[in-house]
Amino acid sequence: MLAFIARRFVLALITTWAISVISFAIIQLPPGDYVTAYVATLLSTGTQVTDEEAANLREQYGLDSPFPVQYTKWVQQVAQGNFGLSMEYQRPVADVIGDRLFLTAALAFASVVFTWILAIPIGIYSAVKQYSVGDYAFTLIGFLGLAVPNFLLALVLLYFGFVFFNANIGGLFSPEYADAPYSVGKVIDLLNHLWLPAIILAVAGTAQLIRVLRANLLDELRKPYVVTARAKGLSEWRVIMKYPFRVALNPLISTVGYLLPLLVSGSIIISVVMSLPTVGPMLLRALLAQDMFLAGPIIMLIGVMTVIGTFISDILLAWIDPRIRMEIT
Amino acid sequence: MAEDAVGRDAAAGAAEDAGGRASENVYVASQWQLMWWRLRRHRLAMGAGVVLIAMYVVVIFADFLATADPFYSEAARGEMPPQRIHFFDGFRPGLYVHPVEGRRDLTTFRRVYEVDTETKTPVRLFARGYEYRLFGIIPTDRHLFGVDAPMRAEEHIFILGTDVQGRDMWSRLMIATRISMSIGLVSVAISLFLGVLLGGMSGYYGGWIDVTIQRVIEILRSIPTIPLWMGIAAAVPRDWSIIRVYFAITIIISLIGWTTLAREVRGRFLSLREEDFVTAAELAGASQARVIFRHMAPSFTSHIIAATTLALPAIIISETSLSFLGLGLRPPAISWGVLLQQAQNVQAVALTPWLLIPAVPVIVAVLAFNFLGDGLRDAADPYG
Repeated sequence: MLAFIARRFVLALITTWAISVISFAIIQLPPGDYVTAYVATLLSTGTQVTDEEAANLREQYGLDSPFPVQYTKWVQQVAQGNFGLSMEYQRPVADVIGDRLFLTAALAFASVVFTWILAIPIGIYSAVKQYSVGDYAFTLIGFLGLAVPNFLLALVLLYFGFVFFNANIGGLFSPEYADAPYSVGKVIDLLNHLWLPAIILAVAGTAQLIRVLRANLLDELRKPYVVTARAKGLSEWRVIMKYPFRVALNPLISTVGYLLPLLVSGSIIISVVMSLPTVGPMLLRALLAQDMFLAGPIIMLIGVMTVIGTFISDILLAWIDPRIRMEIT
Repeated sequence: MAEDAVGRDAAAGAAEDAGGRASENVYVASQWQLMWWRLRRHRLAMGAGVVLIAMYVVVIFADFLATADPFYSEAARGEMPPQRIHFFDGFRPGLYVHPVEGRRDLTTFRRVYEVDTETKTPVRLFARGYEYRLFGIIPTDRHLFGVDAPMRAEEHIFILGTDVQGRDMWSRLMIATRISMSIGLVSVAISLFLGVLLGGMSGYYGGWIDVTIQRVIEILRSIPTIPLWMGIAAAVPRDWSIIRVYFAITIIISLIGWTTLAREVRGRFLSLREEDFVTAAELAGASQARVIFRHMAPSFTSHIIAATTLALPAIIISETSLSFLGLGLRPPAISWGVLLQQAQNVQAVALTPWLLIPAVPVIVAVLAFNFLGDGLRDAADPYG
């Protein structure tokens, strides 16, 4: 178990490092640097900046040093929680995205929960009642779920919400709670709004998981030990739950690492369509405004959050399933 | 080899129908022929194949199928709802549409359209329209169908309506299909190259090369792709030409898309490396390249074709998503994602629902590639 955790931890660290390099590279990609952008904003507010002052600023921030040196400085700052200033908002990045990051995490977490709650029972049902009407229906829905990009699903639901209920079903808070400080009422209000985007997000992952779970369970159900269990007179429910189901849960374990990145990716687009106050719309605006000093840290934080989530779920699953922690590779 | 299989197919089909002789035929049939027989029994996959062929026909003949210049805008006919085509004039067959009269509603300031059921505009096949070059070479102005007097706004045909700027959605959809379906092919080709190269190295050499490549894949897959793509795509300079943006987006998408293909190839290499015929070839003194391309490749090409087909939907969805967000292809380029951008908010969707129509080909294409890929994967093991 310890070796497993250590191995996963090292991998998570390397991934975090890779993400930080990519994020920093994204900040550096557009022409010009921090000072060019800073001078531009100062000029727009009427402050005059001479070339000499700009050069001084560059030296002060070490912008004339090579990429690795700049990167090291940036990482040191980030490690202390200092993400720099957003050009567009003229406020520290950490202030701008703090709350939104929490809501993004809440949305991703809710989606994972929905994926499992939906996929496991449906997968079992489809396998046990193979070729039944329900099985066909779920297979069809599953295929559609895979094929419809989730932002389209969100759009269509928004349309139906508008046509049938004449209500805007976007957002995560009712107007009266939107700017209120956190309270029990606000959290309940959040949960009331969170389930719809969470389910929309969960559809694609669920469809995939149902297909794998169904196929695996079908393979297991044909094995001789199932016949033995039936012959011994176990109830059908126990026959399925005791062994085949637990073996068929494998995909849950192997996909969990890729589920979270998938959901976080999807949540960005869904948030834009449904105007959810997560980091998604902010990232999009920052990118369209070329405010890379805000976009870089957002991409970095989303990535790191995903890595942490994956790491935790890996450990949880290893704790539940001995096959994982015994696997020595 | 593939052409052979298709060429011989007619004879093989006849033999199969003859019943008794079919079983003898199976023993002498080539691998590709066996695959084709197996795929043919897969109804859903065959149907999906036909749909995809139809879509690529649209890709080739996009301009011919369009009815109006996709870039021509006219405010006077903005947000026109889809027109109904009538196939029967009384009891005689005859194609026509009713002209539509547009005016501005003075309370809501939206354009409203009234159908004038008294007059009829005949729809002609092979009508003259805007000029274009067929296959990019032959200049012509013939289109599959259209109306004769395209100059007057009232007498035009908009079978899918128009967008805010009065551009014909049907024609735009045709051109968008060309770009969206081909961007998938180019991307998948790059992904395939990277996947086969790196996956092959990983599986054939093993050892530290394998470990490194596998870790790189694991890391790439644990990073959420959309924000990453968004970040890179946003850095594509605004003043680039359509063609350059097109290739930049293609490369960005395939940079991450290769990982699934690499895994597939590696798995195939790992299982084949231990096979007797590979050892035999090595012992017989065949060079490494010969072992890989002459002995191993034929056994896994079919699997790779299946995996490639299954990789296409993800690429199509990626392009659509990026363009939808305004970070992928940008107007004046036309793709499914660019068209859907107009339907980004509730108001637009509620007032002009026909702008959501470009979602249909996205879903159809993704489903069709999935079905065909599934069928190919089943057929890829003809001896199984």
